[in-house]
Amino acid sequence: MATETREWETIESGPKNYKDQLHPLCVKNYGKWKYHDRPRPGTLRHVAESGDELFTVRAGTHRQVTVDIVRRLCDLADKYAEGYVRFTIRNNIEFMCSSWENAEALIKDLEAIGHPVGGTGNSISAVAHTQGWLHCDIPATDASGVNKSMMDSLFEDFIKEEMPNRVRLATSCCEINCGGQADLAVVIQHTRPPRINHEILSAICEMPKAVARCPVAAIRPTMVNGKPSLMVVEDKCICCGACFGACPAMEINHPDHSLLAVWVGGKNSNARTRPTNMKLVAHGLPNNPPRWPEVNDVVKRILMAYKEGGKNWERLGEWINRIGWKRFFEETELPFDKYLIDSYRHARTSFNQSAHVRF
Amino acid sequence: MADKNNGKFLNPTPMIDNLEEGPWPSFIKGFKELAERTKKPMLRGVMDQLEYSYQTKLGYWKGGVVGVRGYGSGIISRYSMISDKIPEATEFHTIRVQPAPGMHYSSKNLRDLCDIWEKHGSGMISMHGQTGNLQFQGIEEKHCQEFFDDINKEGWDLGGAGATVRTGASCVGPARCEQACYDTLETHQQILTHFTDFVHRPELPYKIKFKFSGCPNDCMNSIQRSDIAVIGMWKDNIQIDKPAFKEWMGKHGVNRLVNEVITLCPTKCISLSDDNELEIENRDCVHCMHCLNVMPEVLSPGKERGVTVLIGGKSHLKVGSMLGSMLIPFRKLDTKKDIDEFIELADEMIEWWCDNGLDHERIGETIERVGIYQFLEDVGLEAHIDMVSSPRDNPFFKVAY
Repeated sequence: MATETREWETIESGPKNYKDQLHPLCVKNYGKWKYHDRPRPGTLRHVAESGDELFTVRAGTHRQVTVDIVRRLCDLADKYAEGYVRFTIRNNIEFMCSSWENAEALIKDLEAIGHPVGGTGNSISAVAHTQGWLHCDIPATDASGVNKSMMDSLFEDFIKEEMPNRVRLATSCCEINCGGQADLAVVIQHTRPPRINHEILSAICEMPKAVARCPVAAIRPTMVNGKPSLMVVEDKCICCGACFGACPAMEINHPDHSLLAVWVGGKNSNARTRPTNMKLVAHGLPNNPPRWPEVNDVVKRILMAYKEGGKNWERLGEWINRIGWKRFFEETELPFDKYLIDSYRHARTSFNQSAHVRF
Repeated sequence: MADKNNGKFLNPTPMIDNLEEGPWPSFIKGFKELAERTKKPMLRGVMDQLEYSYQTKLGYWKGGVVGVRGYGSGIISRYSMISDKIPEATEFHTIRVQPAPGMHYSSKNLRDLCDIWEKHGSGMISMHGQTGNLQFQGIEEKHCQEFFDDINKEGWDLGGAGATVRTGASCVGPARCEQACYDTLETHQQILTHFTDFVHRPELPYKIKFKFSGCPNDCMNSIQRSDIAVIGMWKDNIQIDKPAFKEWMGKHGVNRLVNEVITLCPTKCISLSDDNELEIENRDCVHCMHCLNVMPEVLSPGKERGVTVLIGGKSHLKVGSMLGSMLIPFRKLDTKKDIDEFIELADEMIEWWCDNGLDHERIGETIERVGIYQFLEDVGLEAHIDMVSSPRDNPFFKVAY
């Protein structure tokens, strides 16, 4: 691997220096922006104290890109945006243009090569998603494919601004939930305890780590065929999959028993209400590649009910808090069952400790 | 082979081909274009393995240990579990690289990265990983050092992985946002540069993440997604541009002001005076950002600006999701000295966590298990009312005697 002829000595430089990565108008007006508005969906106009105007065009990307795709985007940056771009937390690309004419021409060129312009303001922005089968070592489903299917079905609400407020989506291929909290998230839900591969366990597993990883102390040491191994107390197991990350012999993923769940009402912003974690509203949906139609149906039903009923500026979770969870389940026609009631730590904080009830 | 594939380099992949259709950009189309142009066998293997995953609904990558000289992290190694069936993607490692704060890029630097990557690796890139890394996906172990050396010469360095300080994330900040209350980009740069040793060498109980949001809109999801959230804050009065308010009223009218600004203020601190001026009772303001979001032309954060720091945010495993909670309501972060003092505090907190944390325990979990009193005392912070949403309702406590 490392060769004796290596001449370069590593510089532990940390993050790439941002100073030579900024658009000239960002440098000139650094910290001196006055306000912004949105000339049309997918664009922002920032006005500086100096009077300078900067037009941002935001576009969706594949997120899993290639050198060819990046080079094409660089061509557009050179042509219309003085050679600079940036990326958002939801995998959108942003070009900053010094004139509206450039922005309009850029929009045409972006759309011509298949990058939708949108994702600003009260739209549904692109999905924060994970690696899935393409690259992860513990995924029970794919990520890029789920994202592609969801965004195909929600496309019109990415390029328009017709939702009550912004909508943030996420997907995750295991219960670690790398996709994060969002207004609506699709997350894997394991429904069976791990199957234990005793053949390989003692050879590949640091057993005390796997035991310690379990949040409910369901994993115990045992002997199988004269070899040290692990066992799972299946009654205690909550099917979280934490052990699998520590020990690949704790096989939690299953083609039929790893299902999908939908969560809603996560909110990162402090605007109006405090940030919140998302809540479970649907589970047991089939993991059905390549298009996951059952999941997409639930996602669309929820988002369209919110679009119909939400008031201006209400995030998905705020809409539900206003109309009540009971009506949320009525309007989306999703079934409520006992598994939607928390029974883990601090569960009581989610109980209705009042006489408030809606009829 | 050539016949079966109609003269194409790639093998048939009917399941994932389905994802070429539809209006959203298709990553499969992108991969195919790259593979047919470069004819890299690794790409054909990866497409075959992805197709196999779609057919069997299981993943087939396992981890291992791959690195570059002197570093203990930054490369996510992937070996195929089915290399007997699909040998072309036997190795498919990912290299995590820290982008510039705010994910700003010059096209020149991006093109250089593409050229270096195409020379040593697959040409596939994830922009970006959930923590904020630029991820170069698909390289064999024997090429990792050369690739790293070539990008390191251009000023790029590896990101964190495993039990390290992870790559930071910061919003667009003062480069293009009027709400930025501190310099998210410079702070990110300095703090992550300070912790470079902890980024590259896993020696902590588990991962720890910094995220930098310029205002309480928290575009970086720092409260949910980072152990140490640094959020812009102001202390004095919201600035009102009176002429701009008149103009706003002329354009949007009183109904919109009442329905979308005044009634949505969580602490009802906004009113319209008898002479039709906007009034804000700033003592009641919780700095939620709503009114500033609705009328950015009219309202701006105050002039006394700094940061609020929250601690302990993390995702599901293993005690369930935790939101960060307030540690420091306001602190200046303007000068090098301010940032250095903040770094000293972060060092204290990380050292405390190293002393007290269990394996695979995030700092928020350690604080919850060991107790907030102990944590505050050990890192030298005073308890204060902003840390809680209310005083305790549990009657059992013991005052020091």
